[in-house]
Amino acid sequence: MPTVLLPRSLVSLFPGAPRRCEVEAASVADAIDRLDDVSPGMRNRLLDAGPSIRRHINVYVDGIPASLATPLGPDSVVHIIPAVSGG
Amino acid sequence: MTRSLLLVGTSKGAFVFDGDGARKTWSLRGPLCEGWPIHDLQWDPSTRSIYAGGGSAWYGPAVFKSDDLGETWNHSSEGLTYGDDGPKIPTVWNVTPAHGSIFAGVEPAGLFRSDDGGATWRHVEGLREHPSRPGWQPGAGGLICHTIVPHPTDPQRMWIAISAVGTFATEDGGTTWEARNRGVVDCNSPDPHPETGQCVHKLVMAAGQPDRFYQQNHCGVYRSTDGGHQWEDISKGLVSEFGFAMGAHPRDPATSWVIPLSHPEEGRTAPGGALGVWRTRDGGDSWERHGDGLPQKNAFVGVFREAMAVDRSDPVGIFFGTSTGTLYGSVDEGESWSVVAANLPPIWGVEAVALD
Repeated sequence: MPTVLLPRSLVSLFPGAPRRCEVEAASVADAIDRLDDVSPGMRNRLLDAGPSIRRHINVYVDGIPASLATPLGPDSVVHIIPAVSGG
Repeated sequence: MTRSLLLVGTSKGAFVFDGDGARKTWSLRGPLCEGWPIHDLQWDPSTRSIYAGGGSAWYGPAVFKSDDLGETWNHSSEGLTYGDDGPKIPTVWNVTPAHGSIFAGVEPAGLFRSDDGGATWRHVEGLREHPSRPGWQPGAGGLICHTIVPHPTDPQRMWIAISAVGTFATEDGGTTWEARNRGVVDCNSPDPHPETGQCVHKLVMAAGQPDRFYQQNHCGVYRSTDGGHQWEDISKGLVSEFGFAMGAHPRDPATSWVIPLSHPEEGRTAPGGALGVWRTRDGGDSWERHGDGLPQKNAFVGVFREAMAVDRSDPVGIFFGTSTGTLYGSVDEGESWSVVAANLPPIWGVEAVALD
């Protein structure tokens, strides 16, 4: 199963949520939906209207910038990282 | 009263100050809400919950809720959206409990309500269906619904304020809205009396008189005695027509407070570097300045729209925070002041709670 790595500032909003987890998902969008199943509301923190990945959130699959449609393989590693921006 | 709370929203998180009944000694907890920018915190006396509205540059808008006086928080923005094809909502500017529901004012300007204690939200679509909406333009702070004033007993009636657009009222629970800006000057328009476009900064209701309002506007301070249908300029006697914050006395409908700031194109700070709170005891016919305990020179600070609060004690306590992170308090209805805390982040919102 793909592995997802989450930032501390995100998991701190969801008590008990792990920084690293494995999800059954075929795409980045699927993976975020699975995260939301475990931590309701997490999808809203990562996605804006559209849906689109929030402007200051970067998602990488195996080190390469990704979109919601990016496919995941069984060994994919998804990094979700806050951008170096904000207030 | 044996315990007081000050709820403070800043650009870098929320803070809760615990005070004794005398409101003289305070201890700080925070930053809370994970350090998110928090525009507004409100206390719901019916559930003893604290609500905090804000938005993260990374994680979007949310309303936080605490049921244990700020010790633990949860958050939600479920339903806080104009839909996948609508404009994106970066932040919440106001949260207001009323009649068992919670209302949220957001940017870009719109109103949402929650009927389950903030867990889920739904758009009050009627406001953005107002015919003037295509002409709404943002002010310096954005196109923001920053003030929500519910009627104290009638859940069908509510007033809201949008910067650079004006005041609106509903009398049918939010289905339809009416602009209520007559008499308010738009000093940034060739037409000084448009239906909308007036830059209301804060709207407060007079105690016990739900048709009597005071308004701090970009272009003056105003009074209405008919639910906002008609407004009258009451700026005369103030050092400046411009300011953001305004507070109303909890029992005396003729008493309110403002903090005038320098001209909007000339800094928006304490005029002449002297920080003062101005009080009227006669509904705005006259004003008196109080600066005892406040810095009277070289204080080039601002006070934002939600950053002044009035508690329900007797005598009334008033608290306000500055753009430079100092929190001031008065326990004699604004006549003398002292520092509650300094070196906070820029203060955006203050709420004062007198616990039984």
